[in-house]
Amino acid sequence: MDFQIIIESIPRLLDGTLVTLQITALSILLGFCLAIPLALMRVSKNRLISVPTYGFIFYFRGTPLLVQIFLIYYGSGQFQEFLSQVSLWNFFKEAYFCAVLALTLNTAAYSAEIFRGGIEGVPYGEIEAAKACGMSGALLYRRIVLPKAIRIAWPAYTNEIVFLLQASSLVSIITLMDITGVARVISARSFAFYELFLFVALIYLILVYGLLFICKRIEKRLTGYLNFQH
Amino acid sequence: MLDLHGYGGLLFEGAKLTIYVGVSSMIIAVFLGLFAALCKISKSRILRFLAETYTTIIRGVPELVLILLVYYGAPTLLQDILAFFGKDVYISINPFSAGVATIGFIYGAFATEVFRGAYIAVPKGQIEAAKACGMNGILTFRRITLPQMWRFALPGLGNVWMVLIKATALISVIQLPELMRNADIAARATRKPFTCFFAASLFYLAITIVSNLFQQWAEIRANRGVRRA
Repeated sequence: MDFQIIIESIPRLLDGTLVTLQITALSILLGFCLAIPLALMRVSKNRLISVPTYGFIFYFRGTPLLVQIFLIYYGSGQFQEFLSQVSLWNFFKEAYFCAVLALTLNTAAYSAEIFRGGIEGVPYGEIEAAKACGMSGALLYRRIVLPKAIRIAWPAYTNEIVFLLQASSLVSIITLMDITGVARVISARSFAFYELFLFVALIYLILVYGLLFICKRIEKRLTGYLNFQH
Repeated sequence: MLDLHGYGGLLFEGAKLTIYVGVSSMIIAVFLGLFAALCKISKSRILRFLAETYTTIIRGVPELVLILLVYYGAPTLLQDILAFFGKDVYISINPFSAGVATIGFIYGAFATEVFRGAYIAVPKGQIEAAKACGMNGILTFRRITLPQMWRFALPGLGNVWMVLIKATALISVIQLPELMRNADIAARATRKPFTCFFAASLFYLAITIVSNLFQQWAEIRANRGVRRA
């Protein structure tokens, strides 16, 4: 085993780790902002709203993330003229933008289903009580339904965050230099395949279980009042 | 609607290989999952520790990294070990075996949790009753526990299959001519990447829809002995 090569490549792998974390954080944040409206549209009684939303969710959950990344990154090239006209081409030619867009849409679809489960899991008595207090519409959702729904959905959402962190390794396929990307480039040059990929696996393990630890702490915060001990 | 410039056949061939890879890996995952679940509930500390380590590590590392590790890393590791003993050989794995083995190995970890949950869901009284009838451990497992575990395991295994079939797209990275790789070839040749990858995504959607229907049928069949209120 060639430890020298690992030690030499630690700085570059750390840069890669930053890219991985950055892409994951951006996609989670944007995906969350999309997922809540999507979940609300999904449970809407208006079929003109709920059916297209379901179609979007079904497509992004039913196809591999790799296809989605390729569709956006390589597929946008087919519409280069149109995209240039509406001055969006500068975004779509950047691998970073395409990667974040694909991951965002993907996680939005999965999270929307998770939050839908949460919204449907809110006890009806709480909604009734809120209505009795005179709340309705946006106020009811903001104060009662969404906070409860997010608490219910949090453990499942935690899994989604971890999956997204792991899925972000796919961006290395479209030339981005995340942890996996850095390892692929260095190993292709030095032939130190197993040394590097084992080390990269270790980095991911630390990131994943670190993230899980943080999410568990947040879960305790969110549901603290339920675990109160006399 | 979708003009594939005669590359439809190539995509279809790819889809067939994707299903073939998916089914092969699923078989490995089910057997590995069943075995690891038995280890997790066994009385032996070492077996429990090994199974726990297996699921913990696999679930914490991205599939892509594991696929690259097996395909590129395993042969060089073996060569280095053999070179240490003074044997100079060249080893390579073909993409199909590397892909199927890795995907099966990864989703075996997820199947383990499914089977463990299913085992716990079988009422303890039935196992006691089997013991009272004079059945030994293996016989109880084969006659009583395993047939009932399937019923509890089916929804979870269905989920594992859905994630697994989508994960097979990653094997295109090691050049196996499955659906994704062939779509890539078609995209380069026709210079219509959106059309080709969109067509590929429709193949995946079709597989998902058919799997869903099959899962519903299997669950109804597995639950035909259960009385519902």
